[in-house]
Amino acid sequence: MSKNEQHWEKTKGLLFVTLAIWFVFSIGIFLFGAEMNEVTGPFGYPLTYWFTCQGSLGLFVILIFWFANRQEKIDEEFGFSEKGDS
Amino acid sequence: MIKGNFIDNLPKVYGIYTGGFIGFIILMAIGEQMGMTSKAIGICFVAFTVAIYALIGWLSRTAQASNYYVAGRQVPTVFNGMATAADWMSGASFVAMAGGIYFKGYGYMALLVGWTGGYVLVATLLAPYLRKFGCYTVPDFVGTRYGGNLARLLAVIVLTVASFTYVTAQINATGTIASVALDIPFQYAVYIGLISILLCSMLGGMRGVTWTQVAQYIVLIIAYLLPVFWISNKIGAGFFPHFMLADEVARIGELEQQFGFVKNAAADLKTVPKGLAGITKAHSAVNATPWAFISLALAMMMGTASLPHVMMRFFTTPSVKAARKSVGWSLFFIFLLYSSAPMLATMSKLSLIDPTLPTGIIGKSIAEVQAIDWYQNWNQANLMFISDFNSNGTVELNEFFMAGKAVVLATPEIAGLPYVISGLVAAGGMAAAMSTADGLILAIANAISHDVYYKMIDPKAETAKRLVVARVLLVVIGFAGATIAAMEIQGILGSVIWAFDFAMSGLFFPLVLGVWWKRANKEGAIAGMALGLISGFAYLIWVRNGGSGFLGITQLTFGIFGSAVSLVAMVVVSLMTPAPNASTQKMVDDARVPSGAQVISQR
Repeated sequence: MSKNEQHWEKTKGLLFVTLAIWFVFSIGIFLFGAEMNEVTGPFGYPLTYWFTCQGSLGLFVILIFWFANRQEKIDEEFGFSEKGDS
Repeated sequence: MIKGNFIDNLPKVYGIYTGGFIGFIILMAIGEQMGMTSKAIGICFVAFTVAIYALIGWLSRTAQASNYYVAGRQVPTVFNGMATAADWMSGASFVAMAGGIYFKGYGYMALLVGWTGGYVLVATLLAPYLRKFGCYTVPDFVGTRYGGNLARLLAVIVLTVASFTYVTAQINATGTIASVALDIPFQYAVYIGLISILLCSMLGGMRGVTWTQVAQYIVLIIAYLLPVFWISNKIGAGFFPHFMLADEVARIGELEQQFGFVKNAAADLKTVPKGLAGITKAHSAVNATPWAFISLALAMMMGTASLPHVMMRFFTTPSVKAARKSVGWSLFFIFLLYSSAPMLATMSKLSLIDPTLPTGIIGKSIAEVQAIDWYQNWNQANLMFISDFNSNGTVELNEFFMAGKAVVLATPEIAGLPYVISGLVAAGGMAAAMSTADGLILAIANAISHDVYYKMIDPKAETAKRLVVARVLLVVIGFAGATIAAMEIQGILGSVIWAFDFAMSGLFFPLVLGVWWKRANKEGAIAGMALGLISGFAYLIWVRNGGSGFLGITQLTFGIFGSAVSLVAMVVVSLMTPAPNASTQKMVDDARVPSGAQVISQR
């Protein structure tokens, strides 16, 4: 496998993981919205309610930064990161 | 301004600006104490902020194509995040979101999840690759990746349909705020709003829009968060509402149980002014089926990733790496407002319906409520209404009606905050609507000037001529939008959601597969865009005209049908026609690697 192909395989792997996490918190948990809302979540809010107003939203922010860092590592590993910074 | 190293000075420049704005708020507060009228405060807030945006627009003027189309590709990640957040959060997000949560609860909150989750798709599937491509517009990517004028033109058409649906609502919102704050008729206020919008974008294009959007974000986030924190402290809900409203949420649940949701007779409801609604849904309970929630969230997420005015913001970063990070910052700045909207809805609802609070009106006598100052003001503005349907002399939960926007606009006054806050909120709403309108008008005008005029009609055109065409189009599209907005077509605000569905029907799969599936070819993309948009549009018309729909896809989620057709059409047609040639495949390979030159070299 060429360097480019290996790089793309790893990139696809990261995409898969990121989208799996995204799927759970944007779609998966809301299949059980009614059941989950019986549970008390962080700060005492009903759990499903908390996810819709803070939980899922905040997780997406963290997820994107995590993804960006992992992808940078992959790019560096194959010497594909850009010159210069910012 | 400090031209040469302007970029290095950004934190300082916007730091001074933020300080100046806070100083201005304090000045207005002192003015209020000294007897300044509420009308004068409102005019000062809107006029002062708009004048600053216009000044930034003028300072950012440019005669270079790369500055005009992509702000010279030197916008740092954090600032691009702020600009994207302002670009993204429209007048509707600012004034209507808390109201939607207030009235519809869980079912509406699918929009919160959808409008944030979409950014994960932007960051992973599209933004870094489109940035590496080096396109000026989204149709520029489609035209280069798939080749041929037809594919490019179809992308321009989808972009225009989606963005234009969206922009009329934004111009409408600037008109509404300008007409209230400046006290002039709506028909004229719409054009004043439009001129303010054009002042930001006409001279500097994307560069002007970028630096005004950052300024607008600062105004709108202060205008949203300050009242939320102030109200929370004032009503004793806690100094940091986001972490401390659990008791309030539980208390609303108790009150709902106690009052019950009484259904009003149709004849009674006829007497309620148009646009006002009562509380009919539980605040924090799950009141929608899983599919209703998930389908709406999914449609908004895929729509987010297909809306060109958002995507083009990530063309302005210095690098691919910066584009990825910038998506994270964008969502962070959006999160600050979105996570506050449910808190505002909770405090607004509790302070109105809890009989044990001094501001509560449920259980009070009709005459007593009618004598309250703020009730009279907002009733006069047609945003609030009570009626004694059961003739028992007291206000019941089902006898109290309010407009969605009153949650943001009226809650500060109900909680007893000074008027200066209401002026601030007006300036925030104006900033939110203007920034989104600017992004949308620029997206349409740039697509037509760059992709239709320059790439298709006159590829030899000089830069100066191209920029003249771009500016003329900007004005023409702005006026077309304002003219439609001035007609005040009913339900135009609801059409914001349609924009997402149109965009996802026509563009989601052609964009994503363009990066992730090398085998996708021109014929496939053409079929995907054309059939996706047409079938989505047909489904919308069918459901609007009484069609039953299928799979629970409504007029708010028709993009799910449109994009499914688009996917199937694109895959089938691509596989039936020859694979893209070697140079196109090479182009995709290059786009997948951050290092190296951009795929398209612009001049």
